[in-house]
Amino acid sequence: MRSLLLAVLFLVAGLSIAENPETENRIRSLEGKLRCLVCQNQSLADSNAELAQDLRRQLREQVAAGRSDAEITDYLVQRYGDFVLYEPPFKASTALLWIGPFALLAGALAALVAILRRRRRAPQEAALGPEERRLVERVLGPGDQA
Amino acid sequence: MKRFLWPLGIFILLVGFLAAGLTLDPREVPSPLIGKAAPAFDLPVLQQPDKHFIPSDMRGKVWLLNVWASWCVSCRDEHPVLVELSKKGVLPILGLNYKDKSEDAQRWLAQFGNPYQVSVMDADGRTGIDYGVYGVPETYVIDAEGVIRYKQIGPVTPAILEQKILPLAMALKK
Amino acid sequence: MIPELGHFALIVALAIALTQAVLSLTGAARGIPGFIAVARPGAQGQFVFVAIAFGCLAWSFYSNDFSVLNVASNSNSSLPAHYRIAATWGSHEGSLLLWVLMLSVWMVAVSVFSRSLPDDMVARVLGVMGLIAVGFLSFMLFTSNPFERLLPAAADGRDLNPLLQDPAMVIHPPMLYMGYVGFSVAFSFAIAALLDGRLDAAWARWSRPWTTAAWMFLTVGIMLGSFWAYYELGWGGWWFWDPVENASFMPWLIGTALIHSLAVTEKRGAFKSWTVLLAIFAFSLSLLGTFLVRSGVLTSVHAFATDPKRGVFILCFLALVIGGSLALYAWRAPRAAPGGRFELLSRESMLLANSVLMLVACAAVLLGTLYPLFLDALGLGKISVGPPYFESVFAPLMAPAILLAGIGPLVAWRSGDAAQLARRLRWAAIAALLGALFVPLLFGRWALLTSGGLLLALWILGGALTALVLKIKSNAKITRAFAGMLLAHAGIGVFILGVTLVKSYESERDLRMAPGDTVMLGGYAFRFDGVKEVAGPNYAAVRGAINVQRDGRQVADLAPEKRIYRVQRNPMTEAAINGGVTRDLYVSLGEAAGPEGTAWTVRIHVKPFVKWIWSGCLLMALGGLLAASDRRYRASSRRREEAPVGDETVVRSTA
Repeated sequence: MRSLLLAVLFLVAGLSIAENPETENRIRSLEGKLRCLVCQNQSLADSNAELAQDLRRQLREQVAAGRSDAEITDYLVQRYGDFVLYEPPFKASTALLWIGPFALLAGALAALVAILRRRRRAPQEAALGPEERRLVERVLGPGDQA
Repeated sequence: MKRFLWPLGIFILLVGFLAAGLTLDPREVPSPLIGKAAPAFDLPVLQQPDKHFIPSDMRGKVWLLNVWASWCVSCRDEHPVLVELSKKGVLPILGLNYKDKSEDAQRWLAQFGNPYQVSVMDADGRTGIDYGVYGVPETYVIDAEGVIRYKQIGPVTPAILEQKILPLAMALKK
Repeated sequence: MIPELGHFALIVALAIALTQAVLSLTGAARGIPGFIAVARPGAQGQFVFVAIAFGCLAWSFYSNDFSVLNVASNSNSSLPAHYRIAATWGSHEGSLLLWVLMLSVWMVAVSVFSRSLPDDMVARVLGVMGLIAVGFLSFMLFTSNPFERLLPAAADGRDLNPLLQDPAMVIHPPMLYMGYVGFSVAFSFAIAALLDGRLDAAWARWSRPWTTAAWMFLTVGIMLGSFWAYYELGWGGWWFWDPVENASFMPWLIGTALIHSLAVTEKRGAFKSWTVLLAIFAFSLSLLGTFLVRSGVLTSVHAFATDPKRGVFILCFLALVIGGSLALYAWRAPRAAPGGRFELLSRESMLLANSVLMLVACAAVLLGTLYPLFLDALGLGKISVGPPYFESVFAPLMAPAILLAGIGPLVAWRSGDAAQLARRLRWAAIAALLGALFVPLLFGRWALLTSGGLLLALWILGGALTALVLKIKSNAKITRAFAGMLLAHAGIGVFILGVTLVKSYESERDLRMAPGDTVMLGGYAFRFDGVKEVAGPNYAAVRGAINVQRDGRQVADLAPEKRIYRVQRNPMTEAAINGGVTRDLYVSLGEAAGPEGTAWTVRIHVKPFVKWIWSGCLLMALGGLLAASDRRYRASSRRREEAPVGDETVVRSTA
């Protein structure tokens, strides 16, 4: 009787952890942040590989044991390295990765403005001189400037 | 003008990286456990399930931990190499039977030979996760203090044995 | 016999390509009419023999000739006929043959539709394309022969990967390759102009329709790939920032920059060297994509089985072609005459900004895709860069470009009027702001990112509509080019709407269901009615029955399957989708659970407006088609309006 009660309790506890939508979302979001190591570019959430299933089970147990997201990801990084993170961490070696695009954007926009300012001062020049225009139109026919 | 040379310059740099990339394996996951203590475990021994084995039983010795399974095809490739090595008696080899069934594992060893001093059963793969196992076979070189010194991902070939594992083991014994 | 014929045809094609390339380029450089005249027939001859080779391979697949290694590795006698033919390009070797076939198709097109171009120009263009063909044909003949024999012949084949046994998979590679390879035309025009020394507006005018057409094919190809992934892979995703997907997206981004930049070079003669550089980049990225997929340098679901020898060959080819063209650029581009003057607020500056933003976005994608390789090569460890990175980086980079795209079509050439612009765009701005603020409330949840996405989408749609209204009011003729531009911009707006709404409001349940269980999601009731076993032509499957109702009324009966293909024996999930304009209901089977497999884990998604993603892409492609077929580019209509050429300069800017 007591073991039956315990079993029911565990079942309910398990179910309530499993069925609680907030926890489910947290688990799913964690799974989305980790990479399936044996797959081609899939997250733990999306993969059906055996290792992925094992890791998902581990994840679930750790969440049930009350660990924080950071602790759980740390746990896996200790065992598999940074590769297991689907999103690269921000470290010295990945600084270029994270900052690069925005630095490039800033640089490109600055260069753009500089070029445009320079253009403003350029001499007024027609795209094609009259001679060239005649040549083009003889070859291509008269065009319209839509 | 110099600014027209930038695209070419950047491209040459890119080609350099791509050429280097041809020599690398993008799927290999290097282990962060190298230089760290081998994770503890307490698992039943194959063929004698009431007996248990823990890694600290091997303190004082340099040894190999080989992760294998009867369902693993590449394990068959490396097995003769391990059997040969075990006959020489220089380096104890212990097996971690990963996500396998006891009968299948024993039958496999009976058929292909048993190089293992002892083989433990990791039926649900948890210990494998602790060791960062992601593909079988994998082999660890563990020193006398119980620190992991090297991880071989994939089958152990005679070349790898000669060039990496044996020299390291000899160096560690001193 | 037929495989040998195919093999021989490839050798002949290589010989023709080599001869044609050398003669055309030499002839154009030295002014030898006899050599120049080889260009067109050479291109056509090449096409004939490549087509023969392709036909032979397709025939070997269709007739189940398992003595050909490629057929034995990628096909099976129980494979339905249309997939047997599609299997022709289902492997590395076969897809290379498809690549070369597409190249020869484009070459024939250039040889035929270029009557009004100077012969030496055509000779240079075809010569460069011929050199590319030489590279790919050599690659095939020396390292990846599709006609290699398997002796003794296999009794039956290893079957085509079940993932590829699908209609979308059949059209996706040809469309994609038409796009990739099509950029070789723009590239060849650019190289021809650099070789010639005549880098001017005329070159841009010739190049433009070819580039737009290639861009259109690439848009369709990428769209099909995304749509296929959505309904085939079983978990409802449609873009994974996989290295190979990125490899197709990067040329698309640069291609977009290129078609915009060409507009400026054609009309105003500005950005000549920048446009040439973009043309070189676009095709270089196509080639880089080819390298990444086939060399084993990156992991990807799309990667073909690799061989280091192939990787080295492609890399050398890449280095030669791209290195050579960039060197030529560095040498010749400085000679280009600078273009006209324009203000900070002008159509020219808008289009230049677009180019720059597309280039930065492309560089970001390239950085993310190759970064793991960079770190590994430098011994700095191994990381993985996945969707989370790309999503956080890409959207902020694209936002400014979308904002500009709403304004651009309304800005005058050379000098725009800021006050007039603000006045004209105020309705679009108001509509966008209101929409961004209030539409999320209709869905019950307001989030900043959702609002941001809606703002961008409504802005670009509003801008396009404003441009249309102004054009109608001014009684100016609506040309195909203009209509195409509006349609393409509208397509982007629709695309962003789809992406924003799906990502913000999609809902999902992943749970175990026993027969009779019902689950509510998104206002729909999904009832699991059990599974039954069925058999297909080359697979055995378990088919689930899910009944969907809303407010008590029947909506759909969905039948997701879990298939095991008899030959390759991997399990495949076939999702069941009830598609609609405003939402997709998406159901797939997971694993059997419970006693005797009566219960199953089932994944249910409600995806609002997901179809708008691909509809947006189709609109873009349609826009491209319209623009490319504009009257200006069609020789027949040009000859009809032949008028005496006077002294007047026809330069006029239109708003």
